[in-house]
Amino acid sequence: MTKLMIKEREVVVPGDIIAEGMNYLPSTGTYRQGQHIMASRMGIMRLEGKVVKIIPLAGKYLPRRGDVIIGKIIDVNIMAWRVETNSAYSAMLSVKDGTSSFVRRGADLTRIYAIGDYIITKIINVTSQKLVDLTMRGPGLKKLDGGRIIKVTPTKVPRIIGKEGSMVVMIKSLTNCDIMVGQNGIVWIKGEPKDEILAVETIRKIEDESHVSGLTDKIKNFLESAKR
Amino acid sequence: MAYKKRSDGRKFDELRPIEAKLGVIARADGSAYFKIGNTEAYAAVYGPRDLYPRFLQNPEKGVLRCSYGMMAFAGSGDRVRPGPSRRSTEISTVTQRALSPVIDLDEFPNAVVDVYIQLSQTDAGSRCAGICAASMALADAGIVMKDMVAAVAVGKIDKTMIVDLDYEEEAFEGEVADIPIAIIPSSGEYTLLQMDGRIEKEDLMKALELGKEVCKKIVKIQRETIRENFKRSEK
Repeated sequence: MTKLMIKEREVVVPGDIIAEGMNYLPSTGTYRQGQHIMASRMGIMRLEGKVVKIIPLAGKYLPRRGDVIIGKIIDVNIMAWRVETNSAYSAMLSVKDGTSSFVRRGADLTRIYAIGDYIITKIINVTSQKLVDLTMRGPGLKKLDGGRIIKVTPTKVPRIIGKEGSMVVMIKSLTNCDIMVGQNGIVWIKGEPKDEILAVETIRKIEDESHVSGLTDKIKNFLESAKR
Repeated sequence: MAYKKRSDGRKFDELRPIEAKLGVIARADGSAYFKIGNTEAYAAVYGPRDLYPRFLQNPEKGVLRCSYGMMAFAGSGDRVRPGPSRRSTEISTVTQRALSPVIDLDEFPNAVVDVYIQLSQTDAGSRCAGICAASMALADAGIVMKDMVAAVAVGKIDKTMIVDLDYEEEAFEGEVADIPIAIIPSSGEYTLLQMDGRIEKEDLMKALELGKEVCKKIVKIQRETIRENFKRSEK
């Protein structure tokens, strides 16, 4: 006998029995114990065919290869920068990957990125011990000038970006702000101060209501009524 | 002098009233509040995050670090001196051991998850209340864990088996056994087992079974609290 003990899109708590029997497959955020599939994280249960998974509602960012993140320069070494990634691990950006221009040996690296600068960067490698390497080579990767930085829950970043970027594109056009969302939950917003505040408010709203369906329309209404 | 009736009129296997909340500390990555009777615990979880000094790091998996403390006014009238003491160091350690078996930090080598437990009021059972709050706070922080942990004190006064002793019962003049336990509900494993006093082997086994039953009630409240927290924000 196989049955689901919890309806799809419901909130689960670690240790909840999600399904009984062998007809379902455990995926992220779940594990199998005997005949049961159990939750190992707090989140929303999702069913994809026979695969059971959990969309986490909270949790720190874990660096992953290929992610585009926003980082902060926290230290400068002889041939590299150390970058804070809003996770448990800081990352390394070497001169080779940090800039395409020629850097003489012993040159002052703070002329390129100084301590405290924010950069939008890409993770090229993560080792088993979570040593993270970054690169600035790639479209859109650059130092961020001006604007403001806010932090959001990393698990909610996909909702802020929306399907194929639909949500962030909408917020950009309705608030006239330039917005960058890093996978690590750091968001950079630049525009007129009044617009920046509206953009921050909108992002906070998405964060609070991330598990509600029909969110894009709701946010659109919110922005349009706020502009009036 | 047999113990026939409990001082607060509870049944022998009845818990004190429980109140639980999630997300009580905004700055923390996860937090919870757990009150049982007059014992009131707050737990805040930070991390996974950098761990220094470096010799504490474990390159194979993340470290769980617990800290238990009573607020200065939390006791029965005498000021509790804040900071580490023989008692709080012991309870921090047993709390860490009670929670470690459920949490999975394999993905976080060299990092730490910090759990801070503070009690603003105590009326016995404070380590159990602390563990209950901490396990909810860990779930709230999105830590990977195979189950919740529920904890309660069981015991024996004279010849009567009871659960969830309050201070008056703990200080009963006569033979008292006070046994704080913590349980992983899904597997029924005990992750905390301590005792004050003395008890016969058969009675100890009976007390543990009794504890297992009431822990089911506690874990139900923990789960419902977490679920309710998100249903509310849906509206």
